[in-house]
Amino acid sequence: MNGNSTTTTGTLRVKTGLAEMLKGGVIMDVVSAEQAKIAEDAGAVAVMALERVPADIRAAGGVARMADPTVVEQVIKAVSIPVMAKCRIGHFVEAQVLQSLGVDYIDESEVLTPADEEHHVNKWDFAVPFVCGCRNLGEALRRIAEGAAMVRTKGEPGTGNVVEAVRHMRTVTDQIAWVAGLREEQLFAAAKDLEAPYELVKWVHDNGRLPVVNFSAGGIATPADAALMMQLGCDGVFVGSGIFKSGDPAKRAKAIVEATTHYQDADIIAKVSRNLGEAMVGINISDIPESERMQERGW
Amino acid sequence: MRIGVLALQGAFREHMMTFEALGATSVAVRLPEQLNDVSGLVIPGGESTAISKLMRTYGFYDAIRQQHGAGMAVWGTCAGAILMARTILDALPDQEPLGVMDIDVRRNAYGRQIDSFEADLDFRGLSDGTFRGVFIRAPWIERTGEGVDVLAEHEGRVVAARQRTLLVTTFHPELTGDPRVHRFFLDEVVGA
Repeated sequence: MNGNSTTTTGTLRVKTGLAEMLKGGVIMDVVSAEQAKIAEDAGAVAVMALERVPADIRAAGGVARMADPTVVEQVIKAVSIPVMAKCRIGHFVEAQVLQSLGVDYIDESEVLTPADEEHHVNKWDFAVPFVCGCRNLGEALRRIAEGAAMVRTKGEPGTGNVVEAVRHMRTVTDQIAWVAGLREEQLFAAAKDLEAPYELVKWVHDNGRLPVVNFSAGGIATPADAALMMQLGCDGVFVGSGIFKSGDPAKRAKAIVEATTHYQDADIIAKVSRNLGEAMVGINISDIPESERMQERGW
Repeated sequence: MRIGVLALQGAFREHMMTFEALGATSVAVRLPEQLNDVSGLVIPGGESTAISKLMRTYGFYDAIRQQHGAGMAVWGTCAGAILMARTILDALPDQEPLGVMDIDVRRNAYGRQIDSFEADLDFRGLSDGTFRGVFIRAPWIERTGEGVDVLAEHEGRVVAARQRTLLVTTFHPELTGDPRVHRFFLDEVVGA
């Protein structure tokens, strides 16, 4: 047998590999051990441990920070599925704390108030993998260059309005198709336009996809919303406020899980969409002042 | 040859691409009826809790047991290996195994994501050297019954085993780009 010498942890392949295992699944925001159990029982592939869901962060205003470690630890104890948690953009010490707590993925998230308006966390410094938000291909590739092992389109968190999630997913897929169709000599200018490293632009050109898994986030509230994002080409969905701000979280969570698996089967989506109770109250994006739009955070 | 890949959740696309590259036809299986015309089934890596709940809701437990009884080979990777076991150790209270293979498997045996690792494995039955095992929040096989052949171990733990038309790997060959375990499944396990 082989000795220890070939055994390595924290490699890019085990970081991106966990994201591969989450594909086709639903990652749910939770603020307590009880909610985490409901999410796990409904078939969530992972939970995001938070102190407040985005809708409440939006309502509360002020500075939003990493959750209290107690909340994160309670969620870790409560469930056997992977646990994610959010740090502020650029706040590498919050990230160090989350790694020390044993979270399985860190979301460097625009839902929290950014700690650095120029730099994101250097994610290569960590053994724990990171997921980051993006609105377009350039932003996705910049995050990947910094070491993100998974990306998610941002949408507009805490709104229950899927329109921004759709916009961002369509932008990413359109730009991938554009890059894939370019001639080799055009890739240098494309890298400049996208403000992304040439090597990653070349990779997208050669492979016709992103080098990491891409989920959809920010505004998904119904089973049909989840299936819409899957049909638009995402690998899985994050549901934030949409579940625990609704009338019957357990039932809605299970329905969104089933719609994500059977996203091409309208009969099943119709069946699971019945009698889910009150959906979360949505917000029109035009009613949110530009300065309060979370998607604008990150650079 | 037609191989079904259970596509409820997880890394099913990578399995399908590898089989296609080897010249087999692969089918994404989302409903039990689709098992009727495949010679082998892969239960991929993913979250075993999420996959088992969807399997129950859509009637996969009996369908897989029945088709396996009628000759369908089954290969489970990671979460799939957990679900094929006779007993799941550290399972959720209501998590039911398929119980088709005489092994006991422990979930998340190595710890959390930070403990996920890669290692070279001696995989019995594969030529051309060691196989790079990618272990992600992996289980291990804690007991193997009679008639179960151990195919690979890592630091004293069984990580790959075979019982006639059943194959389990606790690691992810589909993430390596190395098709030798997929080739082994097609050549040696399906129709054995």
